[in-house]
Amino acid sequence: MTNLLKNRELLLIVIIGLMVIGFSTRAQGFAAPGNLANIFNDTSILIILALGQMTVILTKSIDLSVAANLAFTGMAVALTNAPYPDPPLAALIVMAIGIGAFLGAINGFLVWALQIPPIVVTLGTLTIYRGMAFVLSGGGWVNAHQMTAQFLNIPRTQLLGLPVLSWIAIAIVLGAWFVLTRLPFGRAAYASGGNPTAAVYAGIDIGWTRFIAFVLSGALAGLCGYLWVSRYAVAYVDIAVGFELDTVAACVIGGISIAGGIGSVAGAVLGALFLGVIKNALPVIGISPFAQLAISGIVIVLAVVFNARAERKAGRIILRDRAAPEASA
Amino acid sequence: MTDQRPVAQAPATEAAPILEMRGISQIFPGVKALDGVSIKLYPGQVTALIGENGAGKSTLVKILTGIYRPNEGEILIDGEPIAFHGAQAAIDAGVTAIHQETVLFDELSVGENIFLGHAPRTRFGTIDWRQINLRAGELLRALESEIDPTIRLKDLSIAQRHLVAIARALSVDARIVIMDEPTAALSRKEIDDLFRIVNNLKRQGKAILFISHKFDEVYEIAENFVVFRDGRAVGNGRLKETAQDEIVRLMVGRDVKDVFPKVKVEIGAPVLAVESYSHPTEFRDISFELRRGEILGVYGLIGAGRSELCQALFGITRPSSGRLTLEGTPLDIRSSSDAIRAGIVYVPEERGRHGLALPMPIFQNMSLPSLSRTSRSGFLKAANELALARKYAERLDLRAAALSVPVGTLSGGNQQKVVIGKWLATQPKVIILDEPTKGIDIGSKAAVHGFISELAAEGLSIIMVSSELPEILGMSDRVMVMREGLAAGIFDRERLNAEVLVRAATGNA
Repeated sequence: MTNLLKNRELLLIVIIGLMVIGFSTRAQGFAAPGNLANIFNDTSILIILALGQMTVILTKSIDLSVAANLAFTGMAVALTNAPYPDPPLAALIVMAIGIGAFLGAINGFLVWALQIPPIVVTLGTLTIYRGMAFVLSGGGWVNAHQMTAQFLNIPRTQLLGLPVLSWIAIAIVLGAWFVLTRLPFGRAAYASGGNPTAAVYAGIDIGWTRFIAFVLSGALAGLCGYLWVSRYAVAYVDIAVGFELDTVAACVIGGISIAGGIGSVAGAVLGALFLGVIKNALPVIGISPFAQLAISGIVIVLAVVFNARAERKAGRIILRDRAAPEASA
Repeated sequence: MTDQRPVAQAPATEAAPILEMRGISQIFPGVKALDGVSIKLYPGQVTALIGENGAGKSTLVKILTGIYRPNEGEILIDGEPIAFHGAQAAIDAGVTAIHQETVLFDELSVGENIFLGHAPRTRFGTIDWRQINLRAGELLRALESEIDPTIRLKDLSIAQRHLVAIARALSVDARIVIMDEPTAALSRKEIDDLFRIVNNLKRQGKAILFISHKFDEVYEIAENFVVFRDGRAVGNGRLKETAQDEIVRLMVGRDVKDVFPKVKVEIGAPVLAVESYSHPTEFRDISFELRRGEILGVYGLIGAGRSELCQALFGITRPSSGRLTLEGTPLDIRSSSDAIRAGIVYVPEERGRHGLALPMPIFQNMSLPSLSRTSRSGFLKAANELALARKYAERLDLRAAALSVPVGTLSGGNQQKVVIGKWLATQPKVIILDEPTKGIDIGSKAAVHGFISELAAEGLSIIMVSSELPEILGMSDRVMVMREGLAAGIFDRERLNAEVLVRAATGNA
């Protein structure tokens, strides 16, 4: 059990498994493969955003503008698709990623060049981006019938038993794992958060590293802008309001340290799935919609408390190790 | 207790001890940090507590300040047994401590820092700011300092902060003052000032426990000594009647020779030439040459611009003018990665803060500045990184369960080896060491000095910044002295002596 407790990813898998089993006793078929695939598909966008958020958090920053970025980009692609149905979907997706990356670059630039704390920068751009979505749409909606069939259908096309949306999430998970563990940028991200001063002394440009992290987070938010609008078949100013907090919660539950430098892709994915399972289960087991939000919140707080306890335990172990050489040297 | 023996006559008993510890043992899970230790502190006298890192000195301080409760033994004040239940009880009993790493608050004012936790109140129970600033000013003036109690701590120099820490310790009405390596961050002149303060405290009849690694200081300020080794008090007596060799022998349990094993190294061709390097605010017009196999000592008071010069050489800050030539090629260093690529590395003073990313594995810390060499076509290669780390771990005798465990799980000494290994792995030509032995004990010091000599023998050129005269004198081929941002002179080994260096550093003719 102690080994299990030390491996946070394994522990999360066990907890998610127990939750699924528990819920399935109340709701028949909750644990059926088809339903689990549904939950995964439902959580795909959160997973993608959480990976972007994680990259930013690793560098000791935070990106609160992801949901606003998503709303703006989603509105932009929907407004392009409605009057101009002809350009291929690929062009729209490239456009979404490009706009998202650009908005992320604005965050990154402000953090890097002007040395403004990331939380302040992204709190500001959160409002700006959502405001821009309002300006762009004039407060109007883009509804399903205005969008092309291709725009709406591609993400829900079944491929090898899973919708394309799920496959996109899986591809992003693998991509994030590769970038963070196999590319020098990933190492630079961990080092910049783990000890910024040491990173500078080791020849790492932490400003540039943070900038790239914000660009990546923005690009993924842009991609999710399209995916969200397509999935819910509607674009309006207030889509995904508050969703940035879900991405942060997924990271925290997954063991990504808010102080930077600690965390794994598996952790972020499992943190997102944890939230996804709860969000899907509460309506199914007949919890009042009024209570659902509060219950989700309570579960998140409990997970964070649990994390904090786990980290404190680690601290005690380190202290004991320090006491030992001090006394035995 | 058992093998404690007086080396010389026990302290003359003209006065009864204020504080006495009898048979104190402190047991941590699996470790006996203190084993039957006894100590007496006398009014108006300084007792030096000497011992290597890990001998149990810090544990003793924590017991005296009420942070640990000992498993065995008793503490007597004025002959009365007393139990310390927590830090406040120790303060009430008249014990105060000035800690090794001063625990102060950057964003608060000097006065607030001094009176935090026991601020004077007005009759309405609110904080009495007038009293705080008045009394803080009095305390600081008693320490012969003119620091304004209303300015914020972060605007003070390290030495001034230290004074604030001392003032804080004295702001409670203490009879027993513990000083835990108070001189570690101070230069010679500041140490002299500190010693004036200590002498002042002695005259007021306070009993002082003075913890230090530095023998010259101990002999200068203390009357009595106690030597700790492996959690036991292995000797005590009066310093006047005890030779330094005897204390060293007690400390390490063996004879230590060659504290400075400077190896005669053939000095080669010039490697690095620095010409009139200047910085807008920190230093001006610094020129020197460094040869292959040479150790250039850089000496000066704290704040003389030594570290700032090194940081500029390493690309952390940019010089405003001046030229740098490495092996005949002019260099323009704009960032630390430029410096590393050119073959100049900097081992910073605060290794914990500047040196390591503690949550990251050992091998990733070691390979961090060398990633361009261990990667293949832009991709990280863990196998190459591990091979690199293994090579230097072996060479440095690094003790770790595996190279993939986080650096934070290692002991301090092993962490230091990771830092050094990390820089050696970049295969530098010039290595800049900033206070390489600051805060480490005499046994480890010798190992570090031996290693520095080895590096020089292999043909590396070394710039060694140090505030410790014996180290500078023992290790350097040449010494550059800096004073207030200027080079006050460069001295050859033949002309080196303590007096010349101190005079150059302080500007006293």
